[in-house]
Amino acid sequence: MVNETVIKTVNLDCFFGTQHVLKNINLEVLPHEILGIIGPANSGKTTFLRALNRLNYLHRTYSQTGEIFLDGREIHQLTDNLLRKKIGIIFALPQVLPVSIFDNVAYGPKVHGITNRQAVSQLVEEALKRAYLWEEVKDRLPEPAVRLSGGQQQRLCIARTLAVEPEVILYDEHCSGLDPISTAKVEDAMQQLKAHYAQILVTNNTKQASRVSDRCAFFLMGELVEIGPTHDLFTNPRDKRTDDYITGRFG
Amino acid sequence: MPENSHESVASHTVPHGPEADRPTFWTRTRRRIGEPVVEACIRLSGLAVVAFVFLIFLFLLKDSLSLFREYPLGQFLFGTQWLPISDPPQFGVVPLLLGSLYVTAWAILICVPLGVGSAMFISEVAPKHLKNVLKSLIEILASIPSVVLGFLGIIWLAPVLRNTFGLSTGMCGLTGSLLLAFMALPTIISISEDALTGVPRTYREAAYGLGATRWQTLWRIVLPSASSGILAAVMLGIGRVVGETMVVLMVTGNAPVMPRSILQPLRTLTATIAGEMGETVGGSEHYFALFAVGLVLFAITFAINFVADLFLRRARK
Amino acid sequence: MNGARIRQQIAFGVLGAITLLIVVPIILVILYIVINGAGAITWEFLTQAPRGGMKAGGIFPAIVGTILLVVGTMLFSLPLGVLSAIYLVEYARDDLFTRMIKLSVVNLSGIPSIVYGLFGFTLFVLLLHFGTSILAGSLTLAIMSLPVIITASKEALESVPFTYREISLSLGATKWQTVRYCVLPYAIPGILTGTVLSLSRAAGETAPILFTVAAFYLPRLPHSAFDQVMALPYHLYVIATQVPNIPISISFATALVLIALVFLMNLVSIILRAHYRKKRLW
Repeated sequence: MVNETVIKTVNLDCFFGTQHVLKNINLEVLPHEILGIIGPANSGKTTFLRALNRLNYLHRTYSQTGEIFLDGREIHQLTDNLLRKKIGIIFALPQVLPVSIFDNVAYGPKVHGITNRQAVSQLVEEALKRAYLWEEVKDRLPEPAVRLSGGQQQRLCIARTLAVEPEVILYDEHCSGLDPISTAKVEDAMQQLKAHYAQILVTNNTKQASRVSDRCAFFLMGELVEIGPTHDLFTNPRDKRTDDYITGRFG
Repeated sequence: MPENSHESVASHTVPHGPEADRPTFWTRTRRRIGEPVVEACIRLSGLAVVAFVFLIFLFLLKDSLSLFREYPLGQFLFGTQWLPISDPPQFGVVPLLLGSLYVTAWAILICVPLGVGSAMFISEVAPKHLKNVLKSLIEILASIPSVVLGFLGIIWLAPVLRNTFGLSTGMCGLTGSLLLAFMALPTIISISEDALTGVPRTYREAAYGLGATRWQTLWRIVLPSASSGILAAVMLGIGRVVGETMVVLMVTGNAPVMPRSILQPLRTLTATIAGEMGETVGGSEHYFALFAVGLVLFAITFAINFVADLFLRRARK
Repeated sequence: MNGARIRQQIAFGVLGAITLLIVVPIILVILYIVINGAGAITWEFLTQAPRGGMKAGGIFPAIVGTILLVVGTMLFSLPLGVLSAIYLVEYARDDLFTRMIKLSVVNLSGIPSIVYGLFGFTLFVLLLHFGTSILAGSLTLAIMSLPVIITASKEALESVPFTYREISLSLGATKWQTVRYCVLPYAIPGILTGTVLSLSRAAGETAPILFTVAAFYLPRLPHSAFDQVMALPYHLYVIATQVPNIPISISFATALVLIALVFLMNLVSIILRAHYRKKRLW
């Protein structure tokens, strides 16, 4: 069990300018699990996700201390490109590139140097199948991706991430813009992906976390209050603040 | 589930095996060699822009210094006679400076009220359809080459002004000022209009809420709020007028004398360079004197644009 | 309240009158040139070299010269301008160098065209031994066009949604790949619009080419980039001021060809803008 973490953070502290956004986060992500991260707004959930693939560094004032391990290696040993290839992210709103459905998914392989057309089509098809979108779009691959519905677009984003063959997938409140039916489809896709990937799901929606995740972490004001198996966390929280949050006393 | 070491996670979970991690040869080459080269070019281009300004300044300075080695700086800056081919030659820049000042001052006096007024009309009064037509017309004006306006000045405006004011020649400061005012309008209108449009909607709504008419709101609320942007427009208009060459060369009569009236032929800094450069011998005092005039122009426009940029920045906040 | 209404009517009336005072002359100027110049525009005028001390014949060498200058200007200024804009938008940190570039762009845009002429003359004609040539003229015009191209390109790049960059980077693309595939393609319409606009200005400029390229009277086509050429704006200046007894219709026709060329380029830029705006998907 000791070595079986995919991601491990040790004493992770994150700052935007002088603002201390995450405080001493120690957390592990196991293979094949969906780790839910819940907490009220501004509790540092998104910052945590984006620390894992160093997207936070797109902000000029960002700095962090502590260590993050991916498969036992400190992530600073990896280039940004390789790290982000290994850790894919799905953003809050479906964000597709203004190109065709096919090109959206093919973009990742293309930038990673896969030029063989057949190989690319194969990757695209496989990624779309895994994201449970293939049946709906297989006849309209050259169409602009913006014509897809919101839920389809979000699954397209998942497919786009899968096409670069990551090890971990991060979801940043990725269902917040979707209706219940689309959400259900996206959640289905996530369950199927457990066979291959570790997944981290940040959500404002505690119900979704309890539905989807295997383990769950509760963040509050930049601190990791509690982490444990989802069922335990929701039925028998150890910390009073967790209890307050999931019973809806704040947030 | 994988039971051995952490390294195996990748091979178990990633469908295409560990080699997917390794970029292909071409990707590596492109990332290690191609991209640094491209990014170096990008940085160099940025550097080139700075270098050009430096070089322009340096070249003007170098040739100006050649003049001041033989001709005293004080006499250049404060001399009131520009007689480059008399013996001894006189290179007093004051008449040219005053020529530019006269022409610019009049042009700005004419075009600022007109420009700001029509910017107000375009941004606040005109219905959308008319607004687009007016803006396209202003763009058309902006694209008319100055030499064309200079030509019209010679054959049409100068005779008209001569007859109107009973002058001995229509080739005078006022002809230049009028044409320059016309030419500076697009700059002033478009930047003022941006400034007016940029005033937050809430300001207007607050004024309407208090029962002010659209005009009262425009005059007392919107216009003052846009003042930084409008000042920037005026500064940029001045810069445009000071630097304009062909129109003044063609219509102001080109008399490098101390101007006393706008209705008299005069000569600006720009026109002096354009008009005399072709007649000078490379390396002569006269040649260097023209670069010194260029340096004066450079300094003036540099200052004007610097200030305009400050206003623009303040307007954006 | 009624008084305020009336005052508003008067004020708006005055503003309208001011606008008319500006707009009417613009239309008159264009009409004046078209009416007086159209008659002299013949096939011969457009395709023949000038003859008889420019009193007869056509302006073909000047048209060709101006087109060559525009193309030359674009060759130098487009890559340089776009790359500088990419630097400013995508790479620059908020440091001294960046502030210097920004200040330089502001000041380049304010430098009088005649000063560019002086600079081009000393650097390109004399120091680099290009002589009075298309090359020297194009380079001079290119530096003059830079600020407009940079500003337009910068705006175009900035208008590309930040999320595209985020998507691309999050998939493991490098910075340059991101710029190349996810930013530049969507900025190209804006860049082209600005470029064509600035080139149309360059086409009409006289002062920068006075000492760097323009030939007073050269009724043949250039053989290489090191040749002098005639150019439309300079030709108009010459026949309007330097040569006596030129038939006025020839001057008007030259002016008409010049503004037609400039308007044509503006039209291209407007069409480009409209075309891409219709096609854009974000």
